Amino acid sequence: MTETEVREKLRQFILTDLIKDLKYALTDDEGIVSGGLIDSFSLAEIGVFAEQEFNVYIPDPDLTKAKMNTLNLMVARVMRDLK
Amino acid sequence: MLTLETRPQWRTLLDSATLLVPDERPAIIYLETDKAPVTVTRSQFMGEVIRCAAALQTVGIGARDLVIIAHIQNLESIYGFWGALWLGAVPSMFPTLTEKLDPDHYMQSMAELTRRSEAKAVLTTDTFAPELAKRCACPVYGTSDWLPDRDEQSETTNMMLRRPKPGEIAFLQHSSGTTGLQKGVALSHQAVLNQLASYAGALELSEKDVIVSWLPLYHDMGLIAGFIQPILQGIPLVLMSPFDWVQHPALLLRAIHEYRATLCWLPNFAYNHLARRVRVRDSEGLDLSSVRAFINCSEPVRQGSHQLFLERFAANSVTANQLAVSYAMAENTFAVTQSLVGEIANTDMIDLEALQRDLRAASVAADAPHAAPQVSCGKPIANTMVKIIGDQGEVLPERSVGEVLVKSDCMLTGYYHRPDLQPFDAEGWYKTGDRGYIADGEIYIVGRSKDLIITAGKNVYPQDIEAIVYEVEGIHPGRAVVFGVPDEREGTELIAIVAEVDVTDEADRKVIYQALRQQVVRAAEVSVSFVSLVERGWLIKTSSGKTARTTNREKWLVERAEGRL
Repeated sequence: MTETEVREKLRQFILTDLIKDLKYALTDDEGIVSGGLIDSFSLAEIGVFAEQEFNVYIPDPDLTKAKMNTLNLMVARVMRDLK
Repeated sequence: MLTLETRPQWRTLLDSATLLVPDERPAIIYLETDKAPVTVTRSQFMGEVIRCAAALQTVGIGARDLVIIAHIQNLESIYGFWGALWLGAVPSMFPTLTEKLDPDHYMQSMAELTRRSEAKAVLTTDTFAPELAKRCACPVYGTSDWLPDRDEQSETTNMMLRRPKPGEIAFLQHSSGTTGLQKGVALSHQAVLNQLASYAGALELSEKDVIVSWLPLYHDMGLIAGFIQPILQGIPLVLMSPFDWVQHPALLLRAIHEYRATLCWLPNFAYNHLARRVRVRDSEGLDLSSVRAFINCSEPVRQGSHQLFLERFAANSVTANQLAVSYAMAENTFAVTQSLVGEIANTDMIDLEALQRDLRAASVAADAPHAAPQVSCGKPIANTMVKIIGDQGEVLPERSVGEVLVKSDCMLTGYYHRPDLQPFDAEGWYKTGDRGYIADGEIYIVGRSKDLIITAGKNVYPQDIEAIVYEVEGIHPGRAVVFGVPDEREGTELIAIVAEVDVTDEADRKVIYQALRQQVVRAAEVSVSFVSLVERGWLIKTSSGKTARTTNREKWLVERAEGRL
């Protein structure tokens, strides 16, 4: 899977399941947690999605607001361990 | 242990087993992600409580003084709470300022709270104390201001000058209310002891029990069931912070496995959160069979959430018999009812149409049209009575739906420093504002007072959120509406905002959209799940010009289902 594919999958997931608004114009470096778009519950959900979709296990200490705040950060974290 | 039989031997919370027998058994095991567990023995706990009591006394805290603890959930705030009790002072746990909240808004409500309640001091973190001190009428202490290092503290004698009397206020629980007016539910020592004696019977509590909790200590379920109860009964408490648990839900399951926990209180959304957001890898090999009861409490119980939880954790030995239910409120200290522990809570199949049409909970077959499952909250615990009344105040028979009233020996003394608020009627009944019915002596709750949204265990008044929304630039007062949307997947109600805006430029709309979500989180600490910006004239108004939440919600649901929003 390419980085572009990972990015699009994550973007779709965030819009559909987390922000619940497909029309929202989400940018790559926008603070999703700090901007109040998603809450702490969603961090755990990102962990589940990354495991199911990319078979990447992000350990709990990495599932934090600071480390998952933007689409760019999420993509980078997934790409790091993507096989 | 404190039971109905031993109740006469207990005078105040200072008779707590953990304090009376301060030996080497564990009192609290504190867990944090990525850190080693901290085990506090009873003797260490006792030592810390006395140290805190001495420190509080040094800064001038005495008997009957109100001490607000607006600290992060950690051991220091726990010791501070019991230290204040030790002095006969009145502690009250309060949410702390988090990075999500708007500091100005938070401090204003703290200032108002300390002023109205004539608090003697606020305990908080070092970081936060200087700013808060500028706003509050009473002294605000960061850790280093009131609690000296262990080796620097001189005298801890001269304590225990005065034991509180059983009828005195032990502590306050702050309930949420509209427009920031928090009410301090004042509970006496005897009320709390009565509650825990009765509740021990309902739970068949024994010294073999271990309680595990991630709940916030400023919430009645976290404070009473997951904090006061274990310390008082002398059974171990495995505790974690709600912030940690929400992000890392598997922490709770690992704690159960590791410490063979037997009792765990959870609001309904937590069953969904655990079932949906614990990764398979994180639950593999965990044994949850030690749990006698997962007790669903503090928001409407959904059968679907229990089912989801059962299916997800069947491999971890979770069975239906572990799924218990309680109906509770701060005004009754905590539990009003409890289903039988060790048995699955009863489910009543009722006709939803008859419920709405005749206010009758008519029993029907599961496959009948309009059949809906209602999960029982069980029977009232000992010395607590429940009755259902109609609109004219008349007592209703079984299966008639009306308002739930409660009377017991463990009710609040009153709302602290609010003589204007009378919680009881002439006969001592407390009107809960909840709607429900009784069937075979068991209590079923079918709804809450109108418009109240319960999201993830937290009570939210839509008018409070609307007030925040109206402050957002681009939104005109009266041209937005807030309502709850029940969500099966999350097992709770989600918050939706529909706001009329005049701007059409996409970038401008995005600014408003973001501001709405952000400002609500910052001011009310609840997340908004749905934001819909609509054109002028979309909202339906009543004849008196008010926005009708129910009608607008119906319209929104239809348009969203049709993909128009």
